[in-house]
Amino acid sequence: MFEYAPAPESRDVVDIKPSYGLFIGGEFTDGTGTSFKTVNPASEEVLSEVASASADDVDRAVRAAREAFGTWSAMPGSERAKYLFRIARIIQERSRELAVLESLDNGKPIRESRDVDLPLVAAHFFYYAGWADKLPYAGYGPSPRPLGVAGQVIPWNFPLLMLAWKIAPALACGNTVVLKPAETTPLTALLFAEICRQADLPPGVVNIVTGAGETGAALVNHPDVDKVAFTGSTEVGRLIARSVAGTHKKVTLELGGKAANIVFDDAALDQAVEGIVNGIFFNQGHVCCAGSRLLVQESIAEELLEALKRRLSTLRLGDPLDKNTDIGAINSAAQLAKIRELSDHGELEGAERWSPACALPERGFWFPPTIFTGVAQSHRIAREEVFGPVLSVLTFRTPAEAVEKANNTPYGLSAGVWTEKGSRILWMADRLRAGVVWANTFNRFDPTSPFGGYKESGYGREGGRHGLEAYLDV
Amino acid sequence: MSRTESPARLAVRKTYKLYIGGAFPRSESGRSYAVTSSKGEFLANASRASRKDARDAVAAARKAFGGWSGATPYNRGQILYRIAEMLEGRRAQFAAELADAGTKSPGDVVDAAVDRLVWYAGWSDKIAAVAGAANPVAGPYLNISSPEPTGVVAVVAPDDPLLGLVSVVAPVIVTGNTCVVVASERAPLPAVTLAEVLATSDLPGGVVNILTGSVKEIAPWLAGHMDVNALDLAGVSDPGLAVACEEAAAENLKRVLRPAPADRAADWAADWAADPGTRRLTAFLETKTVWHPTGI
Repeated sequence: MFEYAPAPESRDVVDIKPSYGLFIGGEFTDGTGTSFKTVNPASEEVLSEVASASADDVDRAVRAAREAFGTWSAMPGSERAKYLFRIARIIQERSRELAVLESLDNGKPIRESRDVDLPLVAAHFFYYAGWADKLPYAGYGPSPRPLGVAGQVIPWNFPLLMLAWKIAPALACGNTVVLKPAETTPLTALLFAEICRQADLPPGVVNIVTGAGETGAALVNHPDVDKVAFTGSTEVGRLIARSVAGTHKKVTLELGGKAANIVFDDAALDQAVEGIVNGIFFNQGHVCCAGSRLLVQESIAEELLEALKRRLSTLRLGDPLDKNTDIGAINSAAQLAKIRELSDHGELEGAERWSPACALPERGFWFPPTIFTGVAQSHRIAREEVFGPVLSVLTFRTPAEAVEKANNTPYGLSAGVWTEKGSRILWMADRLRAGVVWANTFNRFDPTSPFGGYKESGYGREGGRHGLEAYLDV
Repeated sequence: MSRTESPARLAVRKTYKLYIGGAFPRSESGRSYAVTSSKGEFLANASRASRKDARDAVAAARKAFGGWSGATPYNRGQILYRIAEMLEGRRAQFAAELADAGTKSPGDVVDAAVDRLVWYAGWSDKIAAVAGAANPVAGPYLNISSPEPTGVVAVVAPDDPLLGLVSVVAPVIVTGNTCVVVASERAPLPAVTLAEVLATSDLPGGVVNILTGSVKEIAPWLAGHMDVNALDLAGVSDPGLAVACEEAAAENLKRVLRPAPADRAADWAADWAADPGTRRLTAFLETKTVWHPTGI
């Protein structure tokens, strides 16, 4: 591997306050819960102390959102659109700041926050801004109505992008929102609150309540919430689905995954290797749609694995703010423990573990890129979502066997297919029970393109015209 | 009265059974319950399905899913149209059964049910054009979203023994789902007769499975069954049972179509004669998005 001189992005561009309150009714206010610290997972340095919203605080936020709903929903769509366009522009203007802050709080490489997250965030607001005054043409009737107050709970893997996926369509359709960012990554959401103020967004249209699971539960279970949108684990998704039973609340859930990335013997090998790496090591594998199960046709398994291992040996793990870094920090100690536990179990169950020679920094939460071979479908590392840089390798002989193995999971979020034969791609795509199928590519996202799962990966779609349905009374 | 006159002919009654996997078994439990007319006269002993029957029905529906979802939309549309043809041919029989069940203007209701089937039949090869999309992504990719059936759907049919039943079953199966239906508990006989229509309409066995019996007993088993993908609670009138079913459905994240709330019954299409819209079609569809690079 070439030695690169460090090329760190400056963190001077961000101004992190020592403490943050909740954003309710357009103002930052204190929370009545016990505040918590958010740390930089790459160094364990405390970045800031953040207020925790109690049930009372959540209630205040929901009331602020309810109060704002009347004017916001009655406003001409063309005016709502302009607010969203404004927000998109401010995000573009402040994208460097947001990217650095995202990498600091989340641990993801700056190259990803700068080149993937932030451009997608701005694009998402820009896209849904354009829908706000075109809803009668969206195929949901001549005058589709908003639902009311949306309670939204998002995860830590793409903090700002998930915020955009939730807030942009909700506002475009005329809803107001109370959003809870993840406990370990609240900072970009709080900076987004400041952006809402810069955009002169009417108070109460967007409210941000920080906190842990209890804050989320208080929000989801609040009787005056009309819509619940959640991205996170299938386990919590189940709890939410239970808790809204018998209510009027409309629900969309984007949950876990265990995607198969299927490589046929005629695939362009080097491209497939890049796709596999992007599929599972992008964002440290903290991706619900990560290609965590590699299904490779038996005849090329050896050759492919060799090439894959060679490629992994060139990945650079370390300082997320370094522009050369490929693999950043694991988001939290808890997540690192979970990845370790499942990986250790993989070895216990008899799979063979491999990682490239890779020095881990002394401080912070780190896990080397890891491959398991000799994995059986029954192994936990082949069934459970690791949510880390861990790839399980299985083999197949026939396309039918590949389909059978790919679908042998309670999840159904995404899948990948690598082959030069077009008809085979379409044949496979027809049979894979997954919401997104990437053929000869992986982990592509776009605001115009619906995303969401089959089976236990949840329901509802985000993105595109389909994403509007989640926020309209249809 | 002359001594040689023969007595009035004794009618040959029908045995009303379940409809599972294209066959007409009795309940494995051996149970039945008496069905009476709206005037209280005995009509028949209907099968009282058990948990085991429900599980057999789910297994049959799952087995039929691959073939039915893989059939061409044109083929599925023709089969739904064929169901309408067969139903039309039995108009008098259904009208009589509906009259027994207390349905007003039963002939008109049969006509409406036939028309409803014809309406849904036409959706088979049109829903993808309405619910799908070619997405203009910002990059060199072909990006297509298409609707696909969600899988096995458990349906609690409303207490509108023919039109309501047809109105919940047709939208589920026309897109390629298979289903297990719990018929109206009060008036299950038209559902069993509809099964005879289905069995003679080229509909593959197992695509529609019909259970009769106690909704309260059967629905929770279907709601909690891990191989059922979605749940239509149209016919659940007991709010407590609806909540219990929705809670059980959360275990494997079933898609749940809730029963109409009392205050919004009309616009939730609980008025089965009203224009149904596409809601019952889209509720049991998944959107699959396929990406492929463009290049040379």
